[in-house]
Amino acid sequence: MAHVLRIRDLNTRFDTPEGEVAAVNDVSLHVDAGESLGIVGESGSGKSQVFMSALGLLAKNGRARGHVDFHGIDLLSSSNEELNRVRGARIGMIFQDPMTSLNPYLTVATQMTEVLVEHRGLDSVAARAAALRYLEMVEVPEAGKRLDQYPHEFSGGMRQRVMIAMALLCEPELLIADEPTTALDVTVQAAILEVLADVKRRLDTAIILITHDLGVVAGLCERVIVMYAGRVVEQGTVEEIFYAPQHPYTLALLNSMPRADRGAAQELQAIPGQPPNLQRLPPGCAYRERCPVAEARCIEVPALREIGAGRLKACHREQPA
Amino acid sequence: MSAPTAAPILEVADLRVHFPMRVGGFLNRRDVVLKAVDGVSFALARGETLGVVGESGCGKSTLGRAVLQLIAPTGGRVLWQGTDLTTLDRAALRDYRQELQVIFQDPLASLDPRMTVGDIVAEPLTAQPGSPPRAQVRSLVKDTLARVGLLPEMINRYPHEFSGGQCQRIGIARAMIVRPQLIVCDEPVSALDVSIQAQIINLLRELQREFGLSLIFISHDLSVVRHTSHRILVLYLGKVLEIAPADALYTEPLHPYTRALISAVPLPDPKRERGKQRLVLHGDLPSPLSPPSGCVFRTRCPWAAAVCAEQAPLLREVQPGRRVACHFDAPGERAPGAAAQ
Repeated sequence: MAHVLRIRDLNTRFDTPEGEVAAVNDVSLHVDAGESLGIVGESGSGKSQVFMSALGLLAKNGRARGHVDFHGIDLLSSSNEELNRVRGARIGMIFQDPMTSLNPYLTVATQMTEVLVEHRGLDSVAARAAALRYLEMVEVPEAGKRLDQYPHEFSGGMRQRVMIAMALLCEPELLIADEPTTALDVTVQAAILEVLADVKRRLDTAIILITHDLGVVAGLCERVIVMYAGRVVEQGTVEEIFYAPQHPYTLALLNSMPRADRGAAQELQAIPGQPPNLQRLPPGCAYRERCPVAEARCIEVPALREIGAGRLKACHREQPA
Repeated sequence: MSAPTAAPILEVADLRVHFPMRVGGFLNRRDVVLKAVDGVSFALARGETLGVVGESGCGKSTLGRAVLQLIAPTGGRVLWQGTDLTTLDRAALRDYRQELQVIFQDPLASLDPRMTVGDIVAEPLTAQPGSPPRAQVRSLVKDTLARVGLLPEMINRYPHEFSGGQCQRIGIARAMIVRPQLIVCDEPVSALDVSIQAQIINLLRELQREFGLSLIFISHDLSVVRHTSHRILVLYLGKVLEIAPADALYTEPLHPYTRALISAVPLPDPKRERGKQRLVLHGDLPSPLSPPSGCVFRTRCPWAAAVCAEQAPLLREVQPGRRVACHFDAPGERAPGAAAQ
């Protein structure tokens, strides 16, 4: 199947007064048409910076090296004009806080039709009709009336629906959602996840879901990549990752989560210590100091190797986690 | 967790926190009352954890602060070992401050950046008249730091030198140093990464066992609450909709809102998550400034009937230890929309 997005050997560095931060290290991944890929990791794992790098959205002190191929266009070497033809049109983006991505001074209709006029060349009447259609698709009630309201008149959940509708306006081939439900209440989160699943079914859009919440990934994604300290440590199908994790970190992460479907008779198996400081990454495997099965050879960085079809892990051990 | 059975050390009866507010613009200005907490009652035993869940704006945090008298309740009683805290003045309350402590969500924001960890942790002791001598305070601080999993030699460092998980440990040390009997934990792990969350949850459970602590555990995260609580109180627009032992609430939620909440929690298990029946709520939480008449949940309830708009349901005992505020028995067993007479 054709890759919609393919990232190879991506390395991202930030210059800070305290020294260089190695945010993304040798990351390679791809997502196929109509596929949903989950990127799981804790803060500092580099899960967001991979895609900020890919889309040319890094902070000023950041530099990315590597290859990011989107339908034959190398995004990393593209000019801002070229990137602007891709971002928001062929790649849609949704972030955690919709308020920071919507313009508070413009009505929803103005913001939505602007995109359609700019990227798809519609006239204003057709653009308004299309905007209305997308708001209805993400189940914004009374969409016709809501179009003429300002972002602050929407609740958090409704604002996130507006963001999704805006991201879909140009029928992108790829939707990148970075913690899209993290700021929302659980009942609203469930509704937004249904909207995303529905979008994927109806439009065959590839979705990359970046999240710290394994539960969200379990519901929506077909394939999962687990990141730690800026590296991919494991990749597999959602069933492989949840039912047969191969990397000790993935296993530990699953065991440390409290679950709503389990009682509290057992202690949670907490992961000792803390994630490493990206300014002073220890030599070797970054998980080594917290890993219960670390060995002498873990002083060497383990390569990300194939252990099955589409199944990758970065651990020296042959045995499962 | 099964609940300890003992006489309650805390009894909250018909607690109300109403805020007078002025809303509207120049022409339609009017005075309204925001009922953040509206008639909440519960009891808490020694060594027990009561989880408080609900969506943002339901009054969870206000409830916790009102129990501690950090916000003055506008009605009701808070009986702490027989004494009604709501009747005490500031000076008299001071005698109880050490017994009742609080831990907040944002660990770094709740610590003064200009104070050393030692001074922060010592503050509840030294802020009181009759504080022990300095050397004794310092050794107590070091012991407490060690007990919560920090190194005693960190005593002279500043909050910004610590990670989020360590800052939360500092917050716990500050609460624990006065040997409290009750700690209100307001979203104590919500800002932490998953791998650190478990460390803090386990620490709180250990401290509870060791010191017989009672905890009020406020959280929007239903997975965390199930793991930390003996009993759970479900709050919606300032009212209790259901209160039940933790396992019973999750395996057999009785109130429609509880059912919706629990079915919405994502499970880290692809087959279960994709196979589960979900009760999706339509519409948003109504404004707490103009709550619906009758049952506050009726505007989003799939089973709402005429009576629900007319009368507020009483919180009634439906099984031993389980109370539900709904006009109907087991509404979930009827098809949605098929209201009973």
